[in-house]
Amino acid sequence: MLNIALIIAFTLVCAALLLSLWRLVVGPDHPDRILALDTLYVNTIALLVLLGILLGSALYFEAALLIAMMGFVGTVALCKYLLRGDIIE
Amino acid sequence: MLELAISALIIVGAAFTFIGSLGLARLGDFYTRLHGPTKATTLGVGALLIASVTFFSTRGEGISLHEVLVTVFLFITAPVSAHLLAKTALHLRVHSIAPTPAQVEVADGAQAGETSR
Repeated sequence: MLNIALIIAFTLVCAALLLSLWRLVVGPDHPDRILALDTLYVNTIALLVLLGILLGSALYFEAALLIAMMGFVGTVALCKYLLRGDIIE
Repeated sequence: MLELAISALIIVGAAFTFIGSLGLARLGDFYTRLHGPTKATTLGVGALLIASVTFFSTRGEGISLHEVLVTVFLFITAPVSAHLLAKTALHLRVHSIAPTPAQVEVADGAQAGETSR
């Protein structure tokens, strides 16, 4: 049963990734693209967690944690650049 | 029984993640699009991480707490980045489908007229 649930979940999360990628390409404004990147990294965390359950390995959480931290820093840096024209003042 | 609970959590989490991205792709303007990823997707990933905690804690190797770190980090940073994104959109005057309230528009017009004079 777990395997069927995992297959359905992988399909749904991959569809979510494709939808965010579409928004990243289409735009139309800069904040839309930043929001799409934000959603992409959160979806990647979901995909890594599912992969950890499928392969029974706890190693993937280090990667998920790193992506969570770097993604947040990237979002904040891009927003700061659009807001102030500079990242570190 | 346990497998059923983990499977249900995984399905619910993946469904919420998908609904969040669907909102991002389908909704009308930036301010409504902001709702999908920041609420639905965060909840979905939270459910997936609870499923992962249950799965790794019941394998007989002690309680697994890595996931709690990811969950806490995600639940703290999602509102912060949503706030920054909304501030950026307001700063760049991104188009909104909701009409501006008439009073605000009048006040804005008066202010703009004063400064231009």
